[in-house]
Amino acid sequence: MDKNVLPPKPKKSAFKKIKIIIITLAVIGIYVWTFLGIDINWARAIERVVNNFGNIVPKLFSPDWSAAGEVGEMILETIFIAFAGTLMASILAVPLGFLAAKNVTNNYIGTLGKWLLSANRSFPELILAILFIVAVGPNAFAGVLAIAIHSTGMLGKLYAEVIESIDMDIVEAMEASGANKVQILFFGVIPQVIPEFLSYAIYRFEIDIRASSVLGIVGAGGIGTMIIFASMNRNWNEMGLILLAIIVVVTIIDMISSRIRRKLV
Amino acid sequence: MNKKVATKNTKTPNLYPKKTKIQVTIIFAVVLAMYLYSMNFTVSQTTGGFANSLSNMGNVIKEFFPPNLSILPIIWEPMATTIQMAVIATTVAALLTIPLSLLSARNITTIKPLYYITRISLNILRTIPDLVLAVIFVGLFGVGVFPGILALIIFSLGILAKLFGETVEAVDMDPLEAMRASGANVIQVIYYGLVPQVLPQFTSFVLYVFEINIRASVVLGLVGAGGIGLTLDRELNFYNYPNAMTIILLIFVVVIVIEYISTKIREALI
Repeated sequence: MDKNVLPPKPKKSAFKKIKIIIITLAVIGIYVWTFLGIDINWARAIERVVNNFGNIVPKLFSPDWSAAGEVGEMILETIFIAFAGTLMASILAVPLGFLAAKNVTNNYIGTLGKWLLSANRSFPELILAILFIVAVGPNAFAGVLAIAIHSTGMLGKLYAEVIESIDMDIVEAMEASGANKVQILFFGVIPQVIPEFLSYAIYRFEIDIRASSVLGIVGAGGIGTMIIFASMNRNWNEMGLILLAIIVVVTIIDMISSRIRRKLV
Repeated sequence: MNKKVATKNTKTPNLYPKKTKIQVTIIFAVVLAMYLYSMNFTVSQTTGGFANSLSNMGNVIKEFFPPNLSILPIIWEPMATTIQMAVIATTVAALLTIPLSLLSARNITTIKPLYYITRISLNILRTIPDLVLAVIFVGLFGVGVFPGILALIIFSLGILAKLFGETVEAVDMDPLEAMRASGANVIQVIYYGLVPQVLPQFTSFVLYVFEINIRASVVLGLVGAGGIGLTLDRELNFYNYPNAMTIILLIFVVVIVIEYISTKIREALI
């Protein structure tokens, strides 16, 4: 008679139930706080969009080709910023990565190093760019520095993880056959990590192209400078061309970079 | 004669073939040349060049310290708005992602053109930086939090739909088929077969995008899209560096705390 009855559902422990209740309450709390706190002026937003829609959206889709020369120049500057910044970071990150790898240094230094690297990553690029603009003036070099410092954090952490995953047997075998530290580094460790290091650096270049295209908004060079001027002058045709240029360049660089990375690893 | 043979034999063979060596050298030279050119290009815009810039940095950093902590109660409110913007944007994006990611999953959307159109439009969407979206929406809707939230939604939609679409593509279809064969209806198949397989990943991706949105919303104010960036922009325009430093430190602390919590939850989920 009982044959058709389903097996009983697995019982949840009291601890798990309490945990679920606490999580639910916390999520509800966050939403209540959010919707009570946020203040959106709907009437004004709707009024503005009704007035502006016809002025802006069609213009975005009919780019102003007369600005093509300037846009091209600025896109090149953007690529230069990203390239210089990424290369600087990918070199700076190598020693930091080794310092933060637990199998190279000890456990404590490794954890501390990783912690510092992720803390570095938490500074948004634009905030770093603002700091560097104050220091070196509003130009592309401030952007390079911002990109370099921000990327070092992420690359260092990824490098450290790569170094931690290497095959230590090779290192041990070299040690046993009498290789010194420098030889172990050059013939045992580096050949194992180089492909992945390069792959991560190229991946970071993809991210940095996007990042450097907005640096100009705070004055740190690149196409962002044109974005902010176009929006101030309400020159939406030019904005359309800038958008198109960004989309095309980012897509091409993504494609090239993913092809290189597939070959590397 | 004998000696010559001996030395020839003890010579270690090259680790890499000659062709690879030449290739690597050329690539290295190109990368180096491009680096030197870009560095030269960017440094040439600075007044006084590289050395002067670096020595200037020390002086400027002194101006930022000590941070003026007395403004903390005032800047807490825009900081809260920033977090709230990220919460709303992430929630809306997460809800919109579900249908979109199903459309961009090869195993669910069997109509090929529809699949390709969704994929391509999502790829294009992802190439536009969030701040550029914010600039356009500020032009459309005026200064305020609404354009910021909209920019965050569209930006995170691109990332989430791609990540979640890939998860849906990797789903094990066998349990679903078995359920269908034993007579479950569509809703039952989705609820008992599909949801348990993708829910942990989905939650993890949403939290990950929330982290990205927090970092993005912090700077949205710089273009007038609401949040703490607006306050920071104002303080910087007044050259009020100690106040700006307090804001930067607060941003730093909030981002780190939220990232820490979110990473811990994500680790527990998967």
